Amino acid sequence: MGLQLVPYNTNYDFVGKKNIVFTILIIVGIICLASVFYHGFNYGIDFKGGLLLEIRTRETTDIAKLRSDLSGVVLGEVTLQEFGAPNDVLIRVERQPGGDEAQIAALNKIKEKLGQNVDYRRVETVGPKVSEDLIRNGIYAVLGALVAMLVYIWFRFEWQFGVCSIITLAHDTIIVLGLFSLFQLEFNETAIIAVLITVTYSINDTVVIYDRIRENLRKFKKMPLSELINHSINDTLSRTILTSSVTLLSLLGLYFFGGPVIAAFSLPIIVGITAGTISSITVSAPLLLHMHLRPDQLLESSESK
Amino acid sequence: MIHIPLWKTLLTVAVCLIGIIFVIPNFFTREQLDHFPSWFPKNQVVLGLDLQGGAHLLLEVDFDGVVKEQMTSLMDAIRNTFRKERIGYTGLSPKKDFVTLTLRNPADLEKATSLIKQVDRDLEVTSTPEGVMTLRLNETAMQERKKSALAQSIEIVRRRVDETGIAEPFIQRQGEDRILIQLPGLQDPTRIKNLLGKTAKLQFRFVDTSVNAAPGLVVPGSDVLPEERDGKVFYYAVKKHTIVSGENLVDAQPSFDQYNRPMVSFKFDSLGAKKFGDATKNNVGKLFAIVLDDKIISAPRINEPILGGSGQISGSFTLQEAQDLALLMRAGALPAPLKVLEERTVGPGLGADSIAAGEYATVIAILMVMAFMFIAYSFFGAIANIAVIFNLILLFAALSLTHATLTLPGIAGIALTIGMAVDANVLINERIKEELRLGRKLLSAIDAGYNRAMTTIIDSNLTTLIGVGLLYQFGTGPTRGFAVTTSIGILVSMFTAITLTKQIVAWWIRWRRPTRLPI
Repeated sequence: MGLQLVPYNTNYDFVGKKNIVFTILIIVGIICLASVFYHGFNYGIDFKGGLLLEIRTRETTDIAKLRSDLSGVVLGEVTLQEFGAPNDVLIRVERQPGGDEAQIAALNKIKEKLGQNVDYRRVETVGPKVSEDLIRNGIYAVLGALVAMLVYIWFRFEWQFGVCSIITLAHDTIIVLGLFSLFQLEFNETAIIAVLITVTYSINDTVVIYDRIRENLRKFKKMPLSELINHSINDTLSRTILTSSVTLLSLLGLYFFGGPVIAAFSLPIIVGITAGTISSITVSAPLLLHMHLRPDQLLESSESK
Repeated sequence: MIHIPLWKTLLTVAVCLIGIIFVIPNFFTREQLDHFPSWFPKNQVVLGLDLQGGAHLLLEVDFDGVVKEQMTSLMDAIRNTFRKERIGYTGLSPKKDFVTLTLRNPADLEKATSLIKQVDRDLEVTSTPEGVMTLRLNETAMQERKKSALAQSIEIVRRRVDETGIAEPFIQRQGEDRILIQLPGLQDPTRIKNLLGKTAKLQFRFVDTSVNAAPGLVVPGSDVLPEERDGKVFYYAVKKHTIVSGENLVDAQPSFDQYNRPMVSFKFDSLGAKKFGDATKNNVGKLFAIVLDDKIISAPRINEPILGGSGQISGSFTLQEAQDLALLMRAGALPAPLKVLEERTVGPGLGADSIAAGEYATVIAILMVMAFMFIAYSFFGAIANIAVIFNLILLFAALSLTHATLTLPGIAGIALTIGMAVDANVLINERIKEELRLGRKLLSAIDAGYNRAMTTIIDSNLTTLIGVGLLYQFGTGPTRGFAVTTSIGILVSMFTAITLTKQIVAWWIRWRRPTRLPI
């Protein structure tokens, strides 16, 4: 016999508490949005352009000394960061004024300064033009995904479902962007991937719940809508929790054992999937109550306004 | 009894076996694979540069340069035609992407227009009654020319990279004006960048010795060009007329002169040999200049007519410079300058570390998921776990077969896929439990579980595929790597999580004839 991880006959009143949940989530959303607008992002090399070097030195690196050495040879801000191990350092240099030649010249100066005893594990130079395209394509990808999913859900369910799922997804996107902004995590191309994974994962959860609502709408024609939605959420609750736990487990494996690059990549996805699971349960379905799902049917006085 | 037709059973087993066969080559080195029988598949998963180590360059073709050059040559052509036809004009000048001129006599307008059309029929001519004319290429012709310039650039880039002997370069058009180059294993792309940074327009031109050239001096009919020699810069006035250009070369090789100094030997085609022979015959004793991208490589004196079509360029070269010059001459000129937009190199150490960390993390993730599934569903969890293993096998088989590239985000995609693949089994198992609770008999509960869960699985997987598809459409290298593994993983999971597990359950029922469900 398997362990019953989530009791099967749950009957949590998600719909009844929806106003409290909506208020909390709206506040969190506003905080995230405010941070995005006022704080902005800590754009990484993919977006800002510039130079990036990951080096491995023979002994533990004296970061302070390295910093003062390097700020002498290049213009603008130089940031250094221990990366994974004490003798691995990540060096970020702002884009040097001038064209490609200026970047290459700066790179050569840095290499000269670092001397022979350094293993260059990664060297990147990115121009500003690439960044513009990346931002544009990122926005296209996220918006395109949202619209395509809206259309699909509209086609497979009803337009109300599509609208509610998009509101939920917008919320999840804002949370992930807020995470990047609030904690000033480096915002690179992988950040866009993280947002898209969150969106695709969250829609998965939402669709499973909607599927059940659709089924129950056919099955229980007389059941009040709020009860029906609540019933559907509880029906699928154990699946939602189980699947999310499994996915989070595998992502936690990546976060703790995958090395610094994969860890930086998995963290926003972990947060995004958690947010997506919560919002699928507490937002996407209860939101349907506001959408006149059964216009000809009895609308309950207690829930719908 | 769950009835599964025999052909479906056979197909399921066959797919799994084929998957295993296609994964096997990944566990062997290339040398070991050479000893395998010839019918055995030998495709391995292609590792991205971030895992394998190597250099990645993103280049942009400078079309403004192409257009400007075309406008300049258009202007020359019009000047010659109008002179011949005695049409008076003023203010002929090339602008960014058009040419303007003013006719002295507006009555010439019709004649001028038809003459211009003869020069280039893709030109659009607009004019005012006062005789001000504007010529520009029409939109389709412009697009055509850009397209062919890009195609030609890629061809030249490929030739130059191939000539350096770098193994397995990957060169691809990206967007409308970009070229992506990936050079696995290359640590320092400086030489490649130098080679690609030159348009390598080679010309043989006469030197105008009547003036003392200095930088900034304007000499009619000539250009003042620099020559760098022994660390100093000399200037020559070089006549605009080109005797022969690089297009007429058939070969160029580095060699040594009698003092053992590096030089480049070259050979013209028959047309080039004739032109060069005629020119040198009539100008013995004069200087000519070998000009590469508006810089003089060498300005030798013509001691005797050069008739055989072959010659040497000796300058103050290092061996490497002679080799690179010969390479550029062989590969031909780029139609437009290239600009490096992005350059990334990953050392082999980091690549190996990333693979190791990725493998380790993925194995741990899989083990945790499997343990979790077993705790949650015991026997049915074990079946789901078999499905997960085959999901991975088929995923890697598909990656090997299609030559798709595995990148670091791709590894993250695999971990995510496992979560999603298990989802189908969670949905099915939850549904079976539910049907049992509703009082159904075991077999009908299993059947209903699979059937009812089906719509949900298809809906949820399709929406996910839509998202991943857009990611592929708009993403670049690393993003695409993620999209590839995730989408293959999801597609494969439809087979492993549904068809395969149902098959296993059917076998189990036939074997054990259970009445209770160990779920």
